[in-house]
Amino acid sequence: MSVSEATPSPKQEQLPAVGRLTQEKRRVGSVRRENLVLKGLISLLLAAGAVIIMTPILWMISASLKDVNQIRQRSMTLLPLKYTLVEVNGEQEPLYQVTVDGETRQMALIRNRPEGIGIFVDPQNPQEEHLLKIDEQLQLEHVELHPENYANALTKAPFDTYLLNTLLVTFLGMAGMLFSCSLVAYGFSRFRAPGINILFLLLLSTIMLPRQVTLIPLYVLFSKIGWVNSLLPLIVPQFFANAYDVFLLRQFFMTIPLSMDDAARIDGANPLQVLWYIILPQARPALVAVGIFHFIYAWNDFYEPLIFLHSQEKWTLAVGLQSFNAVYTINTHEIMAVSLLMIIPPIIIFFLSQRIFTQGVVISGVKG
Amino acid sequence: MNRVSSRKLKLAQREAFTAYAFVALWIGGFLVFTLGPMIASLYFSFTDYNIVDPPAWIGVKNYVDLFDDPRFWQSIKVTLYFASLALPLGLLFSFLLAIMLNQGVLGERVWRTIYFLPSIITGVAVGLLWVRLFNPQLGLINAVLREIGIRGPGWLHDPQWAVPALVIISLWGVGQTMIIYLAGLQGIPTDLYDAATVDGASRIQRFIYVTIPMISPVIFYNLVLGLISTFQYFTIVYTLTGNAAGDPARSTLFYNLYLYQNAFRFLDMGYASAMAWVLFVIILALTLLVFRSSAYWVHYEGQLKR
Repeated sequence: MSVSEATPSPKQEQLPAVGRLTQEKRRVGSVRRENLVLKGLISLLLAAGAVIIMTPILWMISASLKDVNQIRQRSMTLLPLKYTLVEVNGEQEPLYQVTVDGETRQMALIRNRPEGIGIFVDPQNPQEEHLLKIDEQLQLEHVELHPENYANALTKAPFDTYLLNTLLVTFLGMAGMLFSCSLVAYGFSRFRAPGINILFLLLLSTIMLPRQVTLIPLYVLFSKIGWVNSLLPLIVPQFFANAYDVFLLRQFFMTIPLSMDDAARIDGANPLQVLWYIILPQARPALVAVGIFHFIYAWNDFYEPLIFLHSQEKWTLAVGLQSFNAVYTINTHEIMAVSLLMIIPPIIIFFLSQRIFTQGVVISGVKG
Repeated sequence: MNRVSSRKLKLAQREAFTAYAFVALWIGGFLVFTLGPMIASLYFSFTDYNIVDPPAWIGVKNYVDLFDDPRFWQSIKVTLYFASLALPLGLLFSFLLAIMLNQGVLGERVWRTIYFLPSIITGVAVGLLWVRLFNPQLGLINAVLREIGIRGPGWLHDPQWAVPALVIISLWGVGQTMIIYLAGLQGIPTDLYDAATVDGASRIQRFIYVTIPMISPVIFYNLVLGLISTFQYFTIVYTLTGNAAGDPARSTLFYNLYLYQNAFRFLDMGYASAMAWVLFVIILALTLLVFRSSAYWVHYEGQLKR
């Protein structure tokens, strides 16, 4: 559709009404067809992109089920394949599907000869040797899974301790955040007081402050009062509200009609009761959203646990996994197994609450 | 009359008191966890301080030393280099994705889920995954390149290719930015498009004269956030290189990594505090710069025409 088409030319004006109508129909039809082609093209592009996006995760799943040799020899295959071996004269030899005298048979390659020729034998009848070009034969492989990687990996480091610490940090922090941010957001959304808007601006401006500016004195403070190498520095500050979540909750509280507060007030409810019985039940979607964000953030956070937790029995999963990798770098299969276990909870939560999640990202944009 | 107004005043006082009581938790937290530490960190930045001994005042020496520190400049260079690649590419890809997902194609929800998924699983696990995908000999990426006849670079082992590798990882996580764009696109009133169509605007014209101006505040928002987060980039680099040294050959010595090194490896808290304040100033300056320049290219609905 272009500009010239839309403005009727004098020639079109002279056409009989019926002819003009059919032309209009044809034009709509061509726009539809153009739309259909465009949508098909977009779907194709999206599918290609989706394959690229998903490949790393599929590779992780696949690697977690391979053994060391499968990872080394066949890093590209997403199916955990392994070359099939067969015993010939007490040795393990690779099995091929070969064509001898127009007949397809399975034979083992027992020796290489110059110029790409190999000696193939039938495992049942190893005396009879066949000289064949190796390139022209099909090496056989089969799927071999190693689910025991998971159990093996989990016994190599105290992952149960890491998990417990992570859950403590995540859920105690979440409780503190929900408690404090609800109170503060309620204060900022429902009452008039001199200077309250300035305080709110001050709260918002802390979003701009990089956490490195406060981190060093906080580290000093926590080390003076003996909190370093405990979970407290990761949990206690959550009980004092943070700008992102207060902002998000306040925006939501503002949408709840004031008349409901008034009705409760007339019935004799104090402000705390209004918050508890009127505001919070209505704000459930917002509370769930900030709760989920906090979960994802705390579950994945590496920076602060790395700084505050020094001994192994205090580590969270993120720090423990990093150290596990440092010790067992070459055991890709086991590291991928633990990594996969670690990304599963956020993925499950994401799928359970997808709508809330994407809406929340839009409102807060930053955290997570 | 007098009694009524004094009662009103009393009520207003009570309301104000209630408000302060509710926000008290945050005020307390702000004083203890933000304002106090900010003042302390500013003070530390003028001292030589290793936590064990009391801080010793050395004036602006830390800042002067920073200025002469080649590693400091290297960390700024690395950060800006990464930002100059990752931000424009990330903004472009997420914008294109959002536009494609806003056309009503089949299975939109599924696509959206897939593209958003990587931003849920940021962190150590992702770093450990990518370090393997980028392995020059065994990694999937070079294996694919080999398949199409290209000899892949050494990626994280090659100072030239380490930052581009990190950019690729960051592009994998554009889903979050995409969602923000998508919300912006869906917020554009359809009557604007209808009006443009009636005026005979083509698809491309509608995109240039309606979509771009209407979405520019979102582009701006994403740009500011992207700038701030780049200067705090840490976890992925730390996991990929296994330490805070910025290997190979300091080619991935990001600003925040060098700050961490000074603070928690060398326990040079004064120097690290100076770095933190320089970081704060950089972020403020960049944000102001983006804000100032935004007048030329950001269109806000409801803004008066000049």
